[in-house]
Amino acid sequence: MNAPAESAPGLKSGDAGFITTRLQALKEWGRRNSLWPMPFGTACCAIEMMATLSSRYDLARFGAEVIRFSPRQSDLMIVSGRISIKMMPVLIDIYNQMPEPKWCISMGACASSGGVFDTYTLVQGVDQFIPVDVYIPGCPPRPESLVDAVMLIQEKIKRGERQTKLYDRTTHPLDFEPVALVSDAVQAPPALTGSHHSLPNKDAQTARELDWNTAANIARREGKALPLGSG
Amino acid sequence: MAHSVAAVQPAAAQAAPEQTLSMNLGPQHPACHGTLRFKIELDGETIRACDPEIGFLHTGFEKLGEYRSYNQFVVVTDRANYLSPLNNNIGYAIACEELFQVEVPPRGQYVRMAMAELSRIADHIVCVGLQAMDLGAFSVMLWAFIEREKMYDVFEAVTGARLTTSWTRVGGIFRDVPEDFPDLVRAVTSKLPPVLAETEYMLSKNKIFKDRTVGIGTLTKEQALSFGVTGPVLRACGVPYDVRRARPYLAYDKVDFEIPIRTEGDVYSRFLVRQEEMRQSLKIIEQCLANLPSGPVCSVDHKVALPPKDLVYHDMESLIHHFKIVMPGHGIAPPEGEVYSCTEVPNGELGFYLVSDGTGLPYRVRIRPPSFYNHQTFSAQVKGRMLSDAVAILSSMNTIAGELDR
Amino acid sequence: MSFDFEKLQRAVRERFDSEVLEWTVFREQHCLHLAPERIVDVLRFLRDEPAFNFAMLTDVTALDHLKLPASMEHWARERFAVVYHLNSLEHGARLRVKAYVPEEPCEIDSVSGVWASANWGEREVFDMYGIVFRGHPDLRRILTPDHFDGHPLRKDYPLKGRGERDNFPKYTEIPERG
Repeated sequence: MNAPAESAPGLKSGDAGFITTRLQALKEWGRRNSLWPMPFGTACCAIEMMATLSSRYDLARFGAEVIRFSPRQSDLMIVSGRISIKMMPVLIDIYNQMPEPKWCISMGACASSGGVFDTYTLVQGVDQFIPVDVYIPGCPPRPESLVDAVMLIQEKIKRGERQTKLYDRTTHPLDFEPVALVSDAVQAPPALTGSHHSLPNKDAQTARELDWNTAANIARREGKALPLGSG
Repeated sequence: MAHSVAAVQPAAAQAAPEQTLSMNLGPQHPACHGTLRFKIELDGETIRACDPEIGFLHTGFEKLGEYRSYNQFVVVTDRANYLSPLNNNIGYAIACEELFQVEVPPRGQYVRMAMAELSRIADHIVCVGLQAMDLGAFSVMLWAFIEREKMYDVFEAVTGARLTTSWTRVGGIFRDVPEDFPDLVRAVTSKLPPVLAETEYMLSKNKIFKDRTVGIGTLTKEQALSFGVTGPVLRACGVPYDVRRARPYLAYDKVDFEIPIRTEGDVYSRFLVRQEEMRQSLKIIEQCLANLPSGPVCSVDHKVALPPKDLVYHDMESLIHHFKIVMPGHGIAPPEGEVYSCTEVPNGELGFYLVSDGTGLPYRVRIRPPSFYNHQTFSAQVKGRMLSDAVAILSSMNTIAGELDR
Repeated sequence: MSFDFEKLQRAVRERFDSEVLEWTVFREQHCLHLAPERIVDVLRFLRDEPAFNFAMLTDVTALDHLKLPASMEHWARERFAVVYHLNSLEHGARLRVKAYVPEEPCEIDSVSGVWASANWGEREVFDMYGIVFRGHPDLRRILTPDHFDGHPLRKDYPLKGRGERDNFPKYTEIPERG
């Protein structure tokens, strides 16, 4: 039998053609060499992730080519791309659906910190809301960086390290109602069409019911003069 | 079929009188390229109604544009369409040049044109590959990526980056191409025709592929025009509209190329149009390389374009220009006014509507993404079709979530 | 083949004289400024008249005039302008049409009955600016989430938002079990 080239801790090969090891070590060896990634690819980084999986960089060399789009069959989430406020609940759901043990790579500047997009709609770092094991810098990172990150995850499994950030599900419900916004807590209208789960909603609210912040309203609230052209 | 969030909602299905099933496809689904979501009403396997939901990648490009100077915004255009960032860079630069009224020297134009066409091929080839992958032919996607990697090498040599190139500046390009540019490009393009032929042979003679694409997702000419569809999807409906012809920019009026059209308007004809467009792009690239002029690549109007670095070190006036362009609070500022400028990117007409208030920051940046208007036709295309056709139709439109949602 | 914009201008002024506020040309791009009341009629005329035949509505967007500098005050007839970009494939001409919309009531008629492309374009303008399109078949938010508050492209909306992006339950670390 051809023993694995890189030996797990405690793995010994015998002259008589057998190996002995602890079951735990064998399990970790198997686990780290058959990572099943769940590609949460949204933007530019997803293209580089596809490049990593394709011919030239070939993530299969590291045993991580079995892309599973179902979170329930995967153990490594690769968040690649910008995550908007509309996408974040989906990301949390999918992360919660993955079975333990699971790892997470935050690929690229946008997923890690918001990157160049410091705007109203972009989550400034997914690590605020889900635990992240490895961050990859770059916009987008080169495929080599992603390969490196997968190897770091493998190292982590090899060391027998648990996820550094254990995750308390009880404080992080699967389904949550959007809470009132920070600045307009008093005046915020009720959530209009329910949570992000809502399937086709036939009785969509008429536009007139929306109470948006017109400049006149804001100016009135802040006690300022009415702006230009508000007639 | 649908993974992730709430696959079916039994309560809704029971409540509906006409026994339809509400199904959710996406936003995280292998067939939904990027972050698209569809709420589908199914009767058996036939789609009765479809409501595409977008915005999962809304990034606020247009708002951000109001806070970034004209040259800084190039960085954002890369990230709008990440399959062909060079086309977006060039489209934006052309819009700015129209607003600033600066001329790009001939060499700059030809180099831009060659790179734009190379980028178009890189986009189309991956689109065809993904289209085949979604219909079960995985190897075509791998072939496509082999070629795309070679093009990445050229992009890297010319722009310094694989994907997010940020290559153009208002008035030209930030640096000249390497000396062996024609050889670099030819090394890639000379290998392409056999790959295209092989792809086409594999797919156009393939019964599975044809069964799932011919006659699927048909759009009529009138529908396409009314929906504002552009690009290969429009040309597959029989409208020979191409911005490169209709409103020539760069030096497209000086090169010889044809606009391939089909009349069927279905998924298969979009595939054929893309294949033929790649061949036309090869033709344009060859003409660009053969007639590549010498000279500067960037405008000599140094009130707008940065002067060459060696001049900055030795020439007082250039130093002042450099300072004025680079320092915060100075920068380049166009006159008050508004401009809509469009270019042909692989998905169709990419427009930039810029409003200037005379300062260094634009007052309004509007990106008119081709995907936004093309994707709108999705529900019309899938209505009455089978669920599996939705996948074929989606991949044939090459919707890029980045420019769809901005 | 050059398009006769003079003729177009005469024809529009002839039929809709009370609507036309101004006709401007900048960088060889023609712009028709309109009062909002009969916008559907004017645009339908531009589409259907064979001499012009603007078959394609390339884009619908809007402008918020709130923070224009004093030198451009003549732009701000009202707070908002809805901007339509028309394209005549047959004649190779493009035209920009601007219709001015006041802040109260922030409404204009929908042209989604004229061009199908206006459907999503107007939804986006509604989402980003809060301009209501009367007669639109399906006026919902399109890019931002349903429960989003505010209209981001208005000039009084801050770039970094009002806290929406931090508005998710944070995960808490629990101590590692031994």
